[in-house]
Amino acid sequence: MNAYLGVDVGSVSTNFVLIDEHDQVLADLYIRTQGQPIQAIQNGLSMLEKEIPSSLSIMGVGATGSARQLTGVILGADIVKNEITAHAVAAMHCIPDVQTVVEIGGQDSKMIIIRDGVVVDFAMNTVCSAGTGSFLDHQADRLGIPIEEFGALALKSKQPVRIAGRCSVFAESDMIHKQQMGHSAPDIIAGLCEALVRNYLNNVGQGKPVVPPIAFQGGVAANQGIRHAFEKELGVPVIVPEHFAVMGALGMALLAKENAAQGKKTLFRGFGASELEFATRSFECNGCPNHCEIVEIKQGKIVLARWGDRCRKWQDIANTGAAS
Amino acid sequence: MRITFPHMGTSWIAFKTLVEGMGHEVVLPPPPTKRTLDLGTKYSPEFACLPFKVLLGTYLEALKLGADTIISSGGVGPCRAGYYTQLQGRILKEQLGYDVRVITFEPPRGHLMQTYRIIRDLVKVSFPKFAACAWLAWQKLLALDALERESHRVRPLELEKGTTSRILSQGIKAIDRADSVKEVKNVTAAFLKRFKEMPKDYDYQPLKVGVIGEIYVVLEPFVNLDVVETLGHMGVYVNRSIFLTNWVTENTLLDTFRVEAERSAKKAAGPYLPELVGGHGQTSIGETVLYAKRGFDGVVQLAPFTCIPEIVAKSIMPRVSKELDIPVLTLMLDEQTGKAGIATRLEAFVDLLRMRRNRMARTRGETA
Repeated sequence: MNAYLGVDVGSVSTNFVLIDEHDQVLADLYIRTQGQPIQAIQNGLSMLEKEIPSSLSIMGVGATGSARQLTGVILGADIVKNEITAHAVAAMHCIPDVQTVVEIGGQDSKMIIIRDGVVVDFAMNTVCSAGTGSFLDHQADRLGIPIEEFGALALKSKQPVRIAGRCSVFAESDMIHKQQMGHSAPDIIAGLCEALVRNYLNNVGQGKPVVPPIAFQGGVAANQGIRHAFEKELGVPVIVPEHFAVMGALGMALLAKENAAQGKKTLFRGFGASELEFATRSFECNGCPNHCEIVEIKQGKIVLARWGDRCRKWQDIANTGAAS
Repeated sequence: MRITFPHMGTSWIAFKTLVEGMGHEVVLPPPPTKRTLDLGTKYSPEFACLPFKVLLGTYLEALKLGADTIISSGGVGPCRAGYYTQLQGRILKEQLGYDVRVITFEPPRGHLMQTYRIIRDLVKVSFPKFAACAWLAWQKLLALDALERESHRVRPLELEKGTTSRILSQGIKAIDRADSVKEVKNVTAAFLKRFKEMPKDYDYQPLKVGVIGEIYVVLEPFVNLDVVETLGHMGVYVNRSIFLTNWVTENTLLDTFRVEAERSAKKAAGPYLPELVGGHGQTSIGETVLYAKRGFDGVVQLAPFTCIPEIVAKSIMPRVSKELDIPVLTLMLDEQTGKAGIATRLEAFVDLLRMRRNRMARTRGETA
């Protein structure tokens, strides 16, 4: 049976989705990146291999996420795309008439506006990560509440307290203050959820028309508290797709399938890539005052890729090296 | 005097000719690097914008190279940059103890006598000799702009990635070396010819994107993380709204003599922003209107983080974008030197523009 693999390597999580010829999800995987993207990719790959029948043959691979370039090299991806396109493709696949995509991940959050099946506008958080998964993780940790129970606890609140949401530093000090005043944990958490939603709509949304159907995806969509706060603020239901946590990977699997339909043979290194030795190093080029930080990826003694140089000098060396 | 000045794209070549022509030694401002940024942020107020910090870093590097005088320009309207040179001068002199002279050129309108006096004091050679050098500097500026403009046009068509940038950097060096107007013209013609003859994909129809925003971040590639080149390599034809030659013409000659003819960007901004909000806020709106009318696919706005004029423009942009049906991507630039964030946004923006163009082609096909 033919299958297509989508991989999304973000700052917090590394996700895999495998689909068949009929766009059905055969397997999905959500693991933590833990600051080591190559290892996460390799771990994920070997975990995935155990889950699927050996009769599956991978006909195409797509990579996205902030480590998409690296992922593309490690796996041998046929198509490498930005997260916005990947998320939009997946959202339109799950909810064909979707008009707004709210995506909140580990370190970034985005809003994608879709009309008639085409992305017409998008925004990503720029300078502030307040309201993203990492911040919620941190707060749950500080309150000693497992992140999985965080959202459910928010729903128990009768009177959410007001928390400053503009900046995660302000939010944290406000939360500590309210907590020391004696407010209950559910009220504080619910207040935080509302603050984060406000912050998202102001900071990322910036007055963009949030029209239903609204898809809410990304790891944070698991949080019932945030979901509830969105519905309260917007006054309309938000839809959390079945595979909400791995939508980027799903989008890439769909794009990989579309790409393979053009008859190109896949570049996928195979599941054996999880066993290969990859090494990266970085160095500063002193060829000119730009002092670019060059990243080099090697498999054994072979240089697979280099990037980071503004003048492309190092990239060219990599190209000739790979050819010889 | 050993004079230095801000580093802004390739303009240093023309400024070098001009200052040497006045009879002074030039200390070339080194192109900004991470070290410049480190130096600049260390001694700048935390809330100052990126151009302030990078420029202060540049001055510090130039002072270490032996400069004793800094020439910079003032600003137009309520933009903080207008008093930045004064503030930078005080930081250098009072806080860091440099014995440095700071000369600010304000736009001549309203400062005509002051401008005249500064020039009179600075020029140490005979007037005809200075005039000849100023003319050469101007020709170099024109030549640099011409080459850069052409590079934006041919880069998306190049068959071998990097050819355009290579030819351009050789051309810039050749213009720097040229020491007569005639040679500048010959060099320009020769390099325009090389652009013309380089292998290109003539069938490819690149997306057309206008780049607007605050002048320093638009002109200095280090600061805007090579937005123009990155877009070019994504197969996009970039039209940069600001070239120093147009800007100089508009803000010195035309403004001084109150000529309205070439001020179309300000006029075009009228329905949306009739006020001068300082810096390039109003022109950013106007240029977007003009790009929409010229059938461009999209606009990228570059702004230093916390830049008030560009923030004003940004808040008006959604209306312009909607009414004239032109997508606008705003990039706020600060101290980040990682390009990944910018690349993601540009890539997604280009995807959006491509899908939009395909859809428009389809609907045209259906109605035809």
